[in-house]
Amino acid sequence: MLTAFLVFFPLAAALLLHFAKGGAARALALGASLLELAVAIFAAFTYARSGPGALDVNLSWIPSAGINFHLGIDGLSLCLVLLTAVLVPIILATAFRHDEYENPGAFYALVLFMQTGLLGVFTALDAFVFYFFWEVALIPIYFLAGAWSRADRRIAITFKFFLYTIIGSLFMLAGFVYLYLQTGPAAGSLAAHSSDIQAMYTAGKQLAASQQAWVFWLIFAAFAVKMPIFPFHTWQPDTYTESPAPATMLLSGIMLKMGIYGCLRWLLPVVPLGVSQWQQLVMVLAIIGIIYGAIIAIRQRDMKRLIAYSSLSHVGLMIAGVFSLKAIGLQGAVVQMLAHGVNVVGMFLVADAIERRTGTRDLADLGGLTRRTPLLSVCFLVMLLSTVALPLTGGFVGEFLLLAGVYEFNMWAGAVAGLTIIFSAVYLLRMYQRAMLGPDSAYSDTITDLSGKELFMFAPLIALVFWLGLFPGTFLHLSEPTISSILTAVGR
Amino acid sequence: MLPIVLLSVFGIVNLFLGFLRSNRALLPFVLVVLALVFGLNLLDWNHAGSLPGVFDSPYVAQMLTVNNYSVAFGGIVLLTALVLLPFSRSYVVAGEPNLAEYYSVLLFSLVGAIMMVSYNHLIMLFVGIEILSISMYVLAGSDKRNVRSNEAALKYFLQGSFATGVLLFGIALVYGATGSFQLDGLAAGIAAPANASLQPMLYVGVLLLVIGIGFKVSAAPFHFWTPDVYEGTPTFFTAFMSTVVKTAGFAAFLKLLVVALPGTSAVWLPTIIAMCMLTLLLGNVGAAVQTSAKRMLAYSSVSHAGYLLLGLIAGRGQLQGPAAQGIFFYSLAYSIATVAAFGVLKLVADQRQREDYAGLAGLARTNPLLAFVMTVAMLSLGGIPLTGGFFGKFFIFTAVAGQGYIWLVVFAVLMSMVGIYYYLRPVIAMYMRPAELGNDTPIVVDGFQSATLVLLAMLTLVLGILPGFLSGLL
Repeated sequence: MLTAFLVFFPLAAALLLHFAKGGAARALALGASLLELAVAIFAAFTYARSGPGALDVNLSWIPSAGINFHLGIDGLSLCLVLLTAVLVPIILATAFRHDEYENPGAFYALVLFMQTGLLGVFTALDAFVFYFFWEVALIPIYFLAGAWSRADRRIAITFKFFLYTIIGSLFMLAGFVYLYLQTGPAAGSLAAHSSDIQAMYTAGKQLAASQQAWVFWLIFAAFAVKMPIFPFHTWQPDTYTESPAPATMLLSGIMLKMGIYGCLRWLLPVVPLGVSQWQQLVMVLAIIGIIYGAIIAIRQRDMKRLIAYSSLSHVGLMIAGVFSLKAIGLQGAVVQMLAHGVNVVGMFLVADAIERRTGTRDLADLGGLTRRTPLLSVCFLVMLLSTVALPLTGGFVGEFLLLAGVYEFNMWAGAVAGLTIIFSAVYLLRMYQRAMLGPDSAYSDTITDLSGKELFMFAPLIALVFWLGLFPGTFLHLSEPTISSILTAVGR
Repeated sequence: MLPIVLLSVFGIVNLFLGFLRSNRALLPFVLVVLALVFGLNLLDWNHAGSLPGVFDSPYVAQMLTVNNYSVAFGGIVLLTALVLLPFSRSYVVAGEPNLAEYYSVLLFSLVGAIMMVSYNHLIMLFVGIEILSISMYVLAGSDKRNVRSNEAALKYFLQGSFATGVLLFGIALVYGATGSFQLDGLAAGIAAPANASLQPMLYVGVLLLVIGIGFKVSAAPFHFWTPDVYEGTPTFFTAFMSTVVKTAGFAAFLKLLVVALPGTSAVWLPTIIAMCMLTLLLGNVGAAVQTSAKRMLAYSSVSHAGYLLLGLIAGRGQLQGPAAQGIFFYSLAYSIATVAAFGVLKLVADQRQREDYAGLAGLARTNPLLAFVMTVAMLSLGGIPLTGGFFGKFFIFTAVAGQGYIWLVVFAVLMSMVGIYYYLRPVIAMYMRPAELGNDTPIVVDGFQSATLVLLAMLTLVLGILPGFLSGLL
């Protein structure tokens, strides 16, 4: 029941927010997200003490169709649950810094609602429960990205985002329905089929290779759009750039991980033959994404857009690691999901801090900010170096493992993918140089440094960067059993 | 049987209440009547015939059958009418002189709807359809000083009576071929034909039946009346038309195909599949290009007829099964969401005098409740999880895919992607576009209507979160 509480508590808090105003709403939202973090940590200890069995929830949901409300937390889920639980308070705190938001209570409520959807996705162990939460997570982010954005093109941008993602997920639904119709009844159930994850694994495996080939694309469509993988990424830069900062953080920090998590849990073990048929193609697309994102990032002037393309590039590497189908690559993907979540939220936090102080994100208008903002510069630099994958930081461990996996898959693929580290050093250091160093700009003398509260928001991110960099074993150890069972299912 | 008797009696009583020269008593009276009838209808659940010995099912020379199927669909119809009624408040406030007549016609039309869901005899089907249709002709033209309303009534009447003729002709031919009006008699007559030379007549009759009912439920290519009639009809009655007529029509349709005509599925199955695809295509594409929210809802109701036709395709073997379950859940979710959407639209249109998307702009700021309810309704009609509409589609799609029509489901999924496009447009207007000048005053909604809207939104969400309560009923 702990898992169910973990999933639904943010929703309950979001509903309560309806009755709170102003400061009370902030206190309630932040309090709820911190309590959620405490519960997530408690769940982690429960897992460490007594294994995944204690966190399993299996309730009858739609008995006539054999669909159970089945949630559970294993090591892989736990990593992402913890990531979500850590990031949401920071994202909420970012939203608190924006006094210009109209109807802020609704904004906080939607962030918490989103958290329910995300945690549901990361813990679902029934195909339709997974799909349900997958779509539930889309509704709040659509409003967060659209209704609070001040960009002129917000309607067109969020519309594109919504249509892209929902079309992808409808394909996934079709794939799940097809697999579901191949399943047999669950033990003790009157329904003819079952959508439990184990039933889906069994049903998927017994499909012929030719069927798995197209079921693969049905399911992968949803994940490909969400991550996004080249060439399904066209919604992403605009949406990241024009959304309010907290929505961008949710999108890039957590929601993107839904796609990679989905591949690990709901694609590789479900259609193993389909995966091996399309492995090469996906690898090629992922590596194109790495190079493409990086090259475009080098040319960007808008800080948020630059980070968006950098994220596209880094996601490409994660996908490549997953589809290398090597233990080290998958492990790398798990660590990098966490590290990237922390890094990208940190980077957007920096961009937001600068934008709130100067009113611009354009690198051409910035410069020489570091003189009056030593703290901001340090935070910026830590986040940046972790994104560049400097040793001692989380980004290094993740990217190193990923590259090792890709290299094991194919030496040349590894070599090309390795360019990501060089490229990201180029565009990120360029961004730092243009914004923080360089000739003075109009803001150099007036900008204020991070306040205590803001420093408090950066502190956990910086701590995590070094934790992931110095002791990645904590998380590798957590995800290892799941990863090896996935690889066994794929037959590697 | 009790619902039919009570609705007829109270319909007449209500006419006399009209002499009171005060509209105040009418709405509470009709609400109480409907709540009573709704409750009595549910009493028949699992034991047909609420008064043993007096009203044993099947009733009156095997004309009507009351079973769980008819109770379930009758329940949807009555519930829809019940939750729709609060939105007629504007008539009460405006002192509409003919309100008692409207309410009576509404009650009488429900008699027709209940006959349609519980018929056991083709004549009862015909009578039910006619009672419902004629009431609708009247109500379509109820705004009698409005040219559009007159046009709607005339169009609906002319085309509707033509379709009635087709239906009657179909009944006659089927009767001629099988010698029976009873559903089981028809099935027996088709399974063991007395005279093989009458087979062509039977097939033509079945086809005409499908066309006749297809017209009533606005299935393409017999849907042309729908957008104009729905747009011209006063919004309150449009909501009634697009929910009650559709629910009753599909309940009757499924019963006819599965109970009486399974032996002729070689004729009707390809016809229904073709109609279904055409309806989905024309309904969704038609809705996507509209600028008026009301007209969009009219086309969307055509597209929902397409999804329900899809449900008919899954109807095999016995009446109670995945198909009936899917159509039941879908009709319920669709009716609730449609009433909510039309309810909000009526409130907005009454005050802002416009029914297009721009009229909805800025609603999130002036009336957050209306905007929220409309959003829930749109998400439900679009079939997005968390709302009942998702599970409606889900049950129908899995039932049809289970029969092997994967390609048809894929087509329907593609069409529902188009649906998401146009259902999102009112949401965008409400949440992301600022209100136009002069249109930014909050809309006055009385407590009763607000409570009804909240109830509708809650029902939609409950159907979407805990579908297990209702999914296994049939």
